[in-house]
Amino acid sequence: MKLTVWTYEGPPHVGAMRVATGMKGLHYILHAPQGDTYADLLFTMIERRNHRPPVSYTTFQARDLGSDTAHLFKDACQDAVDRFQPEAIIVGASCTAELIQDDPGGMAETMDLGGIPVIPLELPSYQRKENFGADETFYQIVRTLAKPQERTERVSCNILGGTALGFRHRDDIQEITALLYDLGIDVNVAAPLDATPADIARMPAAHFNVLLYPETGEAAARFLEKNHGQPYTKIVPIGVGATRDFVGEVGKILGKNFSPDESRLRLPWWSASVDSTYLTGKRVFLFGDGSHVMAMARVARDEMGFEVVGMGCFNREMARPLRTMAKDYGVEALITDDYLEVEATIERLAPEMIMGTQMERHIGKRLGIPCAVISAPVHVQDFPARYSPVMGFEGANVLFDTLVHPLVMGLEEHLLTMFRDDFEFHDAAGPSHHGGHSPKPLEEVENTGASGGSIVGQMKDGAHPADNVIWLSDAERELKKIPFFVRGKARRNTEAFAADRGLAEISLDTLYEAKAHYAR
Amino acid sequence: MNAPTPPPGGGCRSAPVLKERGQREVFCGLTGIIWLHRKMQDAFFLVVGSRTCAHLLQSAAGVMIFAEPRFGTAILEEGDLAGLADAHVELDREVARLLERRPDIRQLFLVGSCPSEVIKIDLSRAAERLSQVHAPHVRVLNYSGSGIETTFTEGEDACLASMVPVLPETTARELLVVGALPDVVEDQMLALLSDMGVGPVRCLPARRIDHETAIGPNTQFILAQPFLGETHAALERRGATHIPAPFPFGEEGTTAWLKAIAQEFDVPPEAFAAATDAPRARARRAIAQASEHLNGRSIFFFPDSQLEIPLARFLTRECGMSAVEVGSPYIHDAIHGPDLDLLPAGPQISEGQDVDLQLDRVRAARPDLTVCGLGLANPLEAEGLATKWAIELVFTPVHFYEQAGDLAGLFSRPLRRKSLLKVEAAE
Ligand code: SF4
Repeated sequence: MKLTVWTYEGPPHVGAMRVATGMKGLHYILHAPQGDTYADLLFTMIERRNHRPPVSYTTFQARDLGSDTAHLFKDACQDAVDRFQPEAIIVGASCTAELIQDDPGGMAETMDLGGIPVIPLELPSYQRKENFGADETFYQIVRTLAKPQERTERVSCNILGGTALGFRHRDDIQEITALLYDLGIDVNVAAPLDATPADIARMPAAHFNVLLYPETGEAAARFLEKNHGQPYTKIVPIGVGATRDFVGEVGKILGKNFSPDESRLRLPWWSASVDSTYLTGKRVFLFGDGSHVMAMARVARDEMGFEVVGMGCFNREMARPLRTMAKDYGVEALITDDYLEVEATIERLAPEMIMGTQMERHIGKRLGIPCAVISAPVHVQDFPARYSPVMGFEGANVLFDTLVHPLVMGLEEHLLTMFRDDFEFHDAAGPSHHGGHSPKPLEEVENTGASGGSIVGQMKDGAHPADNVIWLSDAERELKKIPFFVRGKARRNTEAFAADRGLAEISLDTLYEAKAHYAR
Repeated sequence: MNAPTPPPGGGCRSAPVLKERGQREVFCGLTGIIWLHRKMQDAFFLVVGSRTCAHLLQSAAGVMIFAEPRFGTAILEEGDLAGLADAHVELDREVARLLERRPDIRQLFLVGSCPSEVIKIDLSRAAERLSQVHAPHVRVLNYSGSGIETTFTEGEDACLASMVPVLPETTARELLVVGALPDVVEDQMLALLSDMGVGPVRCLPARRIDHETAIGPNTQFILAQPFLGETHAALERRGATHIPAPFPFGEEGTTAWLKAIAQEFDVPPEAFAAATDAPRARARRAIAQASEHLNGRSIFFFPDSQLEIPLARFLTRECGMSAVEVGSPYIHDAIHGPDLDLLPAGPQISEGQDVDLQLDRVRAARPDLTVCGLGLANPLEAEGLATKWAIELVFTPVHFYEQAGDLAGLFSRPLRRKSLLKVEAAE
């Protein structure tokens, strides 16, 4: 038993829903109580889908238990097939149905459903999570439906792993499809996103597979490699270097030397131009799913000139490669799905920017640290109307903008320092291009005292490094003149400095001595 | 001070009810935690459940708010399913940890879920045990918010019903108002009642545990929310008397509700008029303004919060709408009767759900406005039907005079928006 407030991943059947909802012509019959229908809103509200997810829930109630939940399942299955006429169905149980052991897969297989394929799912709800559910579901669908066949005449590949509710999947797939097309490679099938069961059957016709999302497509990629002889790419093309390496990897698979068209690529120059000098050494912390974090760490360090001060992922499946990479970057890897632990780590490291998920966006808000969202789970505002991939060359351009946007602009940073008491430039106004959405400095957030306090708030007070150091009034006044985006760090550094030296008070001198000490 | 006039063509109380038992598209009772934890400022809600339960709370809360929560889920893991003794030991440990970290917590609710009920973790036993351990500082209660037992707002009902037996006894003749209301609305209500000369007035739930509400044979209680069937029964078991009334939505509903209290507490007509005339007139004006886009339009309710019948009464009688179907997850005659009496005959009243059949009906009827859950809203909009998400009705201040215009506005906004937009969705 583990106390959880916010979670990074839903249960595994939500992963199965991401596959089913991404596909067309497939229906999911889910043995589950009524409340589990909440999952529909993830797709209809957060992703703004204009169709109901293709899921029929049996919605059994307490009075059905012990009498006839099996019958309910069969009815729901028959009704769904009659009404929606899917090409294939997947059937499974949510956490509660797993406990009543009705065996939906076994039941569906004995029914006369007009001969459509029935794909049973075994998703252990009390051990695994959403990404596993998606990966396993996609694998089971491929395993059941993919048929041995001739390769296509022209060189082609499948793109694996895109799902509903994925972070920028829609645009990434389009961008990578275009990139491959430029190289003379057709996309045979992209799946699960937008594929039908008939498309899945055609997958073995491709010459190789592009695994864009290891979290949700790796089991299928391995299966196709082993059983249909299709090699698959391992590099996730996020950022300039990774995209070039990805093209190289594709070339190696095909025994060709590609030189892709980079005429639309702007990141290198945007990053080299003098306005970007202020990005140098910005301390960033990364958290999200393992694949996105690993790819983005490279972008942060090698393409933006940031300093990576920490990285981590919520999916244990990626712990090993992420640890290796973190070691290479000289930082600790944080492998956890505990939001509070992530918050405590961010607070301790005091980065200047977070690259994270919607959770870290909230952590950033509390701590007054800007955050760029780079990974699922994401919220409605992270499904933009405009085309905004993060993969390929256009994706690199998008990333430059994404990573600069939360920060204060270069010249503006100096102006803030020079005119920090100016009524318009004064720091509480926040970055001028962010209107009312500037992050609040930490102390203000704490003082608003959300009624009754919070778990997070209490933990934080306990963890405060220098509770008993007193700020003298000049020092306090000077601290307020420091621009908001570095003030939290200045306060912590000074307090740590004072504590190290056993000082009970912080004077103006202490403040500037600490500044000199930490200067880099 | 006249009672609202019943509709000339008769009401809906005796209309045939279409009862359906098929696939439902509703939240479970855990959802109530989202508003209850804001209302009870010293309470923590600990769900004993699965990752699904935690994800539901996060998803339901995430769409509307992302405040710092006083709720959490103790997620059952493989090991907990093996032996039950373990689950209790683990629960004790998690609760001790939580209470140590959060000294501000005075009431702890252990909330049952489908998994905890299917594997029969006895939370009432756990609550008793933990109450003894953590008394007197913390009171531990339990209730079920599971999807196999409760539908959406029934979670609040179960929570309040769990509090009734432990409230202290009183013989005072007091008014008890039952149902969580936003603080600002509750304050308005208390001011109205005090202007009428009714007091002291107690609220369930109280904002804090020491704002103690007591109950006894002379307690007269009135419901502020139409989904409190269990709480109603629990209060009657303690000898309290129910004041039946239409629910305080809109000018007419609010007046009828207050009037039922006035009659019970012998408020003189002049005092009633003095307290209500001005806000009544204000409410009427606000409704008239906000309902311009509602007049003559048709509405269809999917079952969701049990607010459907009182809201249909308000929209048809005060905003000029006509109801096509009014679906409610459950209909309790003692609670919904007064509103059904006033709802003009005509609409199909339905109880329960078979969502695909109901979708067939809404597509055939093509109402001007459909009230439904978040999972259905965008898909129906994409089919050209204007919708209002039902969950907003329980998250927004909508009761009593000063909110009557806002309540009409919640329904008119989607229609106004539809008439403003000059873009067709590209497909
Ligand atoms: S329906 Fe049951 S399992 Fe699902 S979220 Fe609600 S309590 Fe949890």
